[in-house]
Amino acid sequence: MAEGPPSVNVQIDGVWHQFPKGTRVIEACAQLGVYIPRYCYHPKLSSPGNCRMCLIEMGLPRMGPDRKFELGADGKPVINWMPRPQICCAQDVAEGIGVRTSSPLVEECRRGVMEFLLINHPLDCPICDQAGECRLQEFSVEYGRADSRFLENKVKKPKRVQIGPRVTLDDERCILCSRCIRFCQEIAKDDVLGFTERGGHTLLTAHPDKPLENNYSLNTVDICPVGALTSSHFRFEMRVWFLKETKSICTSCATGCNTIIGSREDVIYRQTPRENVAVNSVWMCDYGRLNFEYLTSPERLLEPEIFSGNKLQPSDWKTVISHTALQLRHFTGWDIAIVASGRMTNEELWLTARLAQQLNVSLIDIVPRKGEGDDILLSQDRNPNTNGAKIILGLEGKTGANLEAIAASVAEGRIKALVVLGEDPTQFGITVEQLKKLPSFITMNILRSAATAHATAVLPSAAYAEKRGSMITGLGRLQRLNRAVRPPGQAREDWEILRDLLQEVTGSNGLGSIEDVFRQMAESIPPLGGLSLSKIGDLGVKVMATPENSTTPLPPGEPADEEIFERPLVHAPK
Amino acid sequence: MAITVPRPKLTWFERLYLPAIVAGMAITLQHFKNMLLGRTKVTMQYPEQKWDAQLPEHYRGAPALVKDEAGRIRCVACQLCEFICPPRAIKIEPGEIPVKDRFSKVEKYPREFDIDMIRCIFCGMCEEVCPEQAIFLRKDYAITGLTRAEMVHNKEKLLEIGGIMHGVVLKWNEKK
Repeated sequence: MAEGPPSVNVQIDGVWHQFPKGTRVIEACAQLGVYIPRYCYHPKLSSPGNCRMCLIEMGLPRMGPDRKFELGADGKPVINWMPRPQICCAQDVAEGIGVRTSSPLVEECRRGVMEFLLINHPLDCPICDQAGECRLQEFSVEYGRADSRFLENKVKKPKRVQIGPRVTLDDERCILCSRCIRFCQEIAKDDVLGFTERGGHTLLTAHPDKPLENNYSLNTVDICPVGALTSSHFRFEMRVWFLKETKSICTSCATGCNTIIGSREDVIYRQTPRENVAVNSVWMCDYGRLNFEYLTSPERLLEPEIFSGNKLQPSDWKTVISHTALQLRHFTGWDIAIVASGRMTNEELWLTARLAQQLNVSLIDIVPRKGEGDDILLSQDRNPNTNGAKIILGLEGKTGANLEAIAASVAEGRIKALVVLGEDPTQFGITVEQLKKLPSFITMNILRSAATAHATAVLPSAAYAEKRGSMITGLGRLQRLNRAVRPPGQAREDWEILRDLLQEVTGSNGLGSIEDVFRQMAESIPPLGGLSLSKIGDLGVKVMATPENSTTPLPPGEPADEEIFERPLVHAPK
Repeated sequence: MAITVPRPKLTWFERLYLPAIVAGMAITLQHFKNMLLGRTKVTMQYPEQKWDAQLPEHYRGAPALVKDEAGRIRCVACQLCEFICPPRAIKIEPGEIPVKDRFSKVEKYPREFDIDMIRCIFCGMCEEVCPEQAIFLRKDYAITGLTRAEMVHNKEKLLEIGGIMHGVVLKWNEKK
């Protein structure tokens, strides 16, 4: 264990505790379960101390003439309490200090601060999207007044301002905590927000020529303690108390930001980041956050289809699976090529590998997907599970190396059966004309494309929020997907389709649930050994060293080193 | 454990039973006499006769949306009634009021507002929870229909039942 900073003794609410030096008093109290109300303080940002909500009483140890602490009857330092309250968000712990978090003075201060904050606040909670998760609402329950003593007219400020393509500002609701300004300066490195005017007329404004349009703008909405900044996408769509919150991960790039999916009755309304210091701190990019619209696209494949009687027609799953297996068994391994996807989960990839092994297929690959990355969270690699695909399919070096060979073999007619899982073959050099000529073209996908019209079997599958499974991020961390909504129509979870197909080819395989799949996979894939889906937990497990060519940035402001999970030596008997 | 129920001690007069039977019979004969003289009214001939005029002030009939004096639908689609509704009869689809609109300050309005009157139990929680004084239980009680779809009151139907409400708090004035 590395030596941490030295500990100091702090008295909180009359009890002495030890905290490492450098801990903020507000955090020290939080560790003891005392939540100090706060607006401007955010653990991942600097502390300007401007909201004054976290006032506490504080005292310093009394010093004797010998520059040593005077000790009381209990052998602990005697504390000289300061007559005025202090803010605890910008104060680090120090040896011998004392803190009172709930004295009459402190309570009175909080009530006073609440009254000031509400002077100009429009009481429009019924139309405010923040209602239900608003700090102002929460603390006014504890420290607010039932009525207002303020007789003057409220200050009028701009409302419904588009300060960026994705963020709507209501200046009347703003309590000037400056969290969003600090986020843009410190995390997003795009300093476009600021305060203008003075006193009660102070306004939050974006630079006149620079809107808030960076790829992290929606994080300001998350950290806004009130409803001043709201997401234009989520605006007036659904009240937050209706949302079912499912812990999951973002699958839009190799970073794998931890998320909470907010859904109601099988419709996803929003995604918000979930804290994981090893992956995304508490942030998430806008691109990943809003990348769920395709789940409700009219192009979704809803029914399994099979080529019979000279055309593709809808059928039931049992028929389609048995016909698909028949098509595959008709050819030898040399005639078949499988193109999987870096968007598939480990379980699906492992079942694909098993299928390839049973059919003796050696031409197998995934489609690489590159995009522009940055050094905050977004990876250049837009496949969420490239590392999983490399380990499980046994792909060495770069992904996509076999794609040219596959495309060439299809063009020459050497490949008779092409299996494409979660990808569009026209994206890697196979033309629609070539697909038409293929005796067997089996595709499992989410959306209808030009290619699916020429398939001999179409297997509609589930999107990331509609299934369970695991993925390995660009930094080598195994994380878990959870199911937030049900797949539409007759679409099924991918692993079930592959399991049924494998069963049809090999006979029974004893895979009843996704836990079974993971268990069998963990037996054969060394980095996953000793793990199970439940052991992954909500925060994931680091299972491999970060690959050298990884394009995944480390989370901003978080420590990087982490030990790699190793299989425990002692196993429980089976 | 068994509980012993003490039996009342009857006097010798009570133990005769006959006085009690006679007293009971007297009441029955009194009712019989009143009926013969036409002094009792037992049944109201609904629906030819109705009791509407006598409905008490607190009567809870069909829930309805109201407009205020300015003609604005008072509902702002906060969906609290949808949340509180015990039988989940209410379904609201919120929408945004355009900037140019007369009531643009309110920003939000219900694009759709459906109450399934098959589900509604007339509990009045929606009226109680409404922060905008927009939904009230009116005195309509004979809600009938031939299909399930007919039994769903949409926004137009709810506004028709509700009408205009006078004397409610006007909190969305320009000056406020």
